[in-house]
Amino acid sequence: MSTENKTVESIPAITIRFAGDSGDGMQLVGTRFTDTSAVFGNDLATLPAFPAEIRAPQGTIAGVSSFQVQIADFDILTPGDNPDVLVAMNPAALKAHLHDLAPNGMLILNEDAFEEKNITKAGYKVDPRESGELDGYRVFQVPMEKLTKEALEEFDLPGRAVLRSKNMVALGLISWTFNRPLEDTENWINDKFSKLPEIAKANIKALKTGYNFGITVEAFHHTYVVEKAALPAGEYTNINGNIGLSWGLIAAAKKANLDLFYGSYPITPASDILHELSKHKNFNVITFQAEDEIAAAAASVGASFTGKLAVTGTSGPGLALKSETISLALSAELPLVIVNVQRGGPSTGLPTKPEQSDLMFALYGRHGESPLPVVAAKSPSHAFYAAYEASRIALKYMTPVILLSDNYVATGSEPWNLPNTEELNELETNIITKLNTEDGFLPFLRNVDTFARPWALPGTPGLEYRVGGLEKEEGTGNVSYDAANHQYMTDMRAWKVSNIANDIDKLEIHGDESADTLVLGWGSTYGGITQAVNRLNEKGVKVASAHFVHLNPFPDNTLEVISKFKKVIIPELNTGQLLKLVREAFLVDARGINKVSGEPFTAQELTDKIEAIINE
Amino acid sequence: MSKIPVTYKRTDLQSDQEVKWCPGCGDYTILASVQNFMAEMGISKEKIVFVSGIGCAARFPYYMNTYGVHSIHGRAPAVATGVSVSNPDLSVWVVSGDGDALSIGGNHLIHALRKNVNIKILMFNNQIYGLTKGQYSPTSEEGKKTKSSPFGSVEMPLNPMSLAIGAEATFVARSIDMDRDLTAGILEEAKNHKGSAFVEIYQNCNVFNDKAFEQLTNKETKVANRINLVHGEKTVFGEDGHKAVVIRNGIAQIVDTKDVDESEIYVHNIHEENPSIAFSLSRLSHGPYGPTPLGVFRKVQRDTFTEEVHDQIDVAKEQKGEGELDKLIRSLGTWEVS
Repeated sequence: MSTENKTVESIPAITIRFAGDSGDGMQLVGTRFTDTSAVFGNDLATLPAFPAEIRAPQGTIAGVSSFQVQIADFDILTPGDNPDVLVAMNPAALKAHLHDLAPNGMLILNEDAFEEKNITKAGYKVDPRESGELDGYRVFQVPMEKLTKEALEEFDLPGRAVLRSKNMVALGLISWTFNRPLEDTENWINDKFSKLPEIAKANIKALKTGYNFGITVEAFHHTYVVEKAALPAGEYTNINGNIGLSWGLIAAAKKANLDLFYGSYPITPASDILHELSKHKNFNVITFQAEDEIAAAAASVGASFTGKLAVTGTSGPGLALKSETISLALSAELPLVIVNVQRGGPSTGLPTKPEQSDLMFALYGRHGESPLPVVAAKSPSHAFYAAYEASRIALKYMTPVILLSDNYVATGSEPWNLPNTEELNELETNIITKLNTEDGFLPFLRNVDTFARPWALPGTPGLEYRVGGLEKEEGTGNVSYDAANHQYMTDMRAWKVSNIANDIDKLEIHGDESADTLVLGWGSTYGGITQAVNRLNEKGVKVASAHFVHLNPFPDNTLEVISKFKKVIIPELNTGQLLKLVREAFLVDARGINKVSGEPFTAQELTDKIEAIINE
Repeated sequence: MSKIPVTYKRTDLQSDQEVKWCPGCGDYTILASVQNFMAEMGISKEKIVFVSGIGCAARFPYYMNTYGVHSIHGRAPAVATGVSVSNPDLSVWVVSGDGDALSIGGNHLIHALRKNVNIKILMFNNQIYGLTKGQYSPTSEEGKKTKSSPFGSVEMPLNPMSLAIGAEATFVARSIDMDRDLTAGILEEAKNHKGSAFVEIYQNCNVFNDKAFEQLTNKETKVANRINLVHGEKTVFGEDGHKAVVIRNGIAQIVDTKDVDESEIYVHNIHEENPSIAFSLSRLSHGPYGPTPLGVFRKVQRDTFTEEVHDQIDVAKEQKGEGELDKLIRSLGTWEVS
C-alpha cells in the first residue's frame, strides 16, 4: 500500500483521542494503535477513560468511552494535553470531547451516526455539523458504517457483528494517516480470533477498508510521521500500572524466596491486579477472591502468619473496610502489603476516575496509634518498582505497608525499559528457625537495627507462639496490660517506622537547582509536574521539582531539600493533603494547586499555574 | 516409611499462660477436652494452628502450646482460610463463639463452609455475649431479657446447624461442654474429615446465661431431651428408647416408638449426599429446648478449597514450567531501542 500523491509531514509528537459509545470498541482501537506505535519505537503515554457503567444507554454522553494516546519522537511523560486529533464515533462522543480538541485540530466523524435521533440524544438542538461550532477544526466526515457494511458484504455475518467492526475502519484510517503499518494489528486479530477465522478475516477487511479510504479519498491529502524516539537503549515493553504493580509483587516474592499470596475482592480499578496475578500460578502465586474486602485482608494476614509475601489489594472504599485488619497486622507486626488503587471519593464516588484523595487515609485511617509506611507509584512502569519497594519494607521491618496507586497510573500505559532481573536486590526476611535465647523463643525480641521482630512460621518445631491484637509484652509477646509496656510498645512501633527514613532513596531535585521555587509532588502527578517544570525551564523560568515515592516516612533529606527553596508549590489531585503534611512536618508556607474533577492535570495547566504563582 | 505417631501428655499442649475465664465457665471443660484429644491426635504441635476472633472463647489460642492467632471480631474463618491455603500441611482450628461466628462474622463462616476450606471450626454457643457483659446474641431465644433487651429480645434466633447445612458445609456436628466423650468423638471425626468441619458446642456461661442448656444436662431431663445421632443406628431416645425419629414426606418427626413400625425409624446416615434429612433433623429443635439432636449431622466428601488451589498451581507449573521473571516481563511483547 502506498500514500502516492499525498504529502507526508514529519511531526515530533501527536495526541490522538478516540471516543465513542462504550460498546464501540474505542479502548481496543486505542490499545492497538498504541502497541503498533510502541513497536515502531515511539515514546508514548496513554489515558483511557470509561464510564463506571458497563453499557450506559447507547448514544448518550454518559455512555461515552475514550482513549487518548500521545506518541512522540522524544521522551514524554504524559498522555498529552489537548488532543490534536479527535475521532468521534457518534454525536455524544463529539459533544463530550470537542471542547478539548486543540485549535485547528483534526476531527474525524463517523457521519453515519449523525442521525437526528442520535443528535438529539447527545443533547444537541441542531446538528453540530451545521451550527458552525465545528468551525476552526479540520473536519473529516467518514461513512464508517456504510464502509463497513459494504466491505463485509461477502461475509456471512449477522448485521450486528458487521457493525461491530466499524472500529477497525477507524483504526485503519488512523493507521494510514499516521503511516503505521497494519501487520502488527493483523497478527493480533488472527491470534485473537484464531478459532473464528471468518471473524478474523472480516475484521482485517474492515481495517484495510479504513486504510484504503485514506489513500483514495482526496480530502485526506496529508499524512504524518512521528519518528522513533531517542529513548535510552534497551528492551522495552508497553506496560500499564496494574500489570506493572502485579509483576513487581511477583518479582519481590521471587527475590525474597517466598511465595506470593494475593487476597482481594473485585473492585474498580484494582480488579485487574487480581486478574493478572491469577494468570501466574506457575510462580506459586495464590490468588484468593474473598467473600468481601475484610476477608481478603484477613486471609492475607493468615497467609503472612504462615510465611507468604502477603498482599491485599483494593480501591478507596475497600481500604476503609480493611482498616481494622491492617491494625491487626500492625499490632501483630506481620508483613503485609496493602494496595490501594485510588479513585474519586468519598463513598462510591467516581469509580473510574483518578484522584489522590486517600493519602491522609493511608497515613491515619486506623484506630489507635498506628503508624505504617506508605509508598506511592508515580507512573505505570514505576508501579513495578513501587510494589517491589513496598514488599521490601514490609518484609524487612515486619510491618504492613500501604502502596498507593491511582486510576491514572493503573490504567495508563507507557514504554518500560526492562530491568535486568538479576540486578534486582534480593529481599531480606526475618524468618527464624531456631530459638533466639537460651531459655526459649521470644517472638518479640527485636532486631537491633531494624527493630523487626522474628518471623516464626507454623511448622517450625520449638517456636510455637501465639500472637494477636491485644497489646503484647516486649520480648515474650505475651498479652500485657502493663502501663509502661504499652507506652514502650506504642513508641517502639512509631520508632520502627520512622527509622525507615534512613533506608530509602533520598529525595532528588529535578530541574533548575538554583531556582527559588520547588514543585513538590507524589504519585501519579509525576509526569505532569516534570513536563511542566521542563517547559518552564526551557522558557527560562527558574523552577525545580521533587517527587515523593515514600510518604511515610519522608526521606531523611527532605528538610534539606525543602530548605533550599523560598517557595514550595504542591500540586495534587485532592484538596491539599500532602500540602497539610508538608506544612506541618517542615513548617513551610507551601502553596497547593488542587483539582478533584476526576481528570489528571495536563502539563500545560500545571505550567500555567506554577508560572502564575512564581510571578506573584 | 511409616509415620511415627506423635503422642503428648495433656500438659505438653498447655501454654505457660494462666487461663483467665470466669470460674465455672464451660470453656474450661472444652479446653481440657481439646487438649486431651490433641495430645493423642497424632499431629505434632508445631503443625497445629489455632485461630480465633474476639469473645471469651477467642482467648483459647493463648492457652494452647501450638501456633496461634487471636485475630479480630468475626474474621477467624477468613484468617484461617489464609493459613490453610498457604500451608496445606497444617492442622488449622478455629475457635469462635455465637456472636463472633454468627453475627459479626456470619459472612466469613458461610463462605469458609461453602468453599470447604480445610479448617475445623469449633463454635462455643452460650447464647449470650459474655465478654461485653451480657447482651443477647444471635442464638438467644426470643423474649430473652438482657442488658440490651430489658423488655425481651424481639429477634428470631439462628439455628446454627441449619445455617451450616444450608451453607453447603460438608461436616456438621453438635456437642455440649459437659459431655467430654461426645466432644472427643466429634473432634476425632472432624480431624479426619477432609474439608471444613463445623462443630457447635453448647457452652454454659455461668455468669450471664447460667443453665441455658439445663434441659440437656440436668439428670432429670437429659435423657428425655438428648437425641443422640449415631451413624448407622436407629434414632431412638428417651427413657428406654420410647421416643423415635421418623422421616415422613422428607420431614423429621418425633413419635412414640410404640406407634410406629420399627422399619420406619430413621437410621442415621451421616454420608447422605442430599442435605435435606440432615437439615430436617436440625429443625427438630430451635435451641436447646425439648428434644435436641446431638452428634454428627452430616459428613460428606467434597474436594477441598485448599487442595484444589494447589492442584491448579501444580497444573500451571506442569504446563508452563516454573515461572521465570525474565519471561514474565517480556510476555506482552517487546521492542529494542539501540
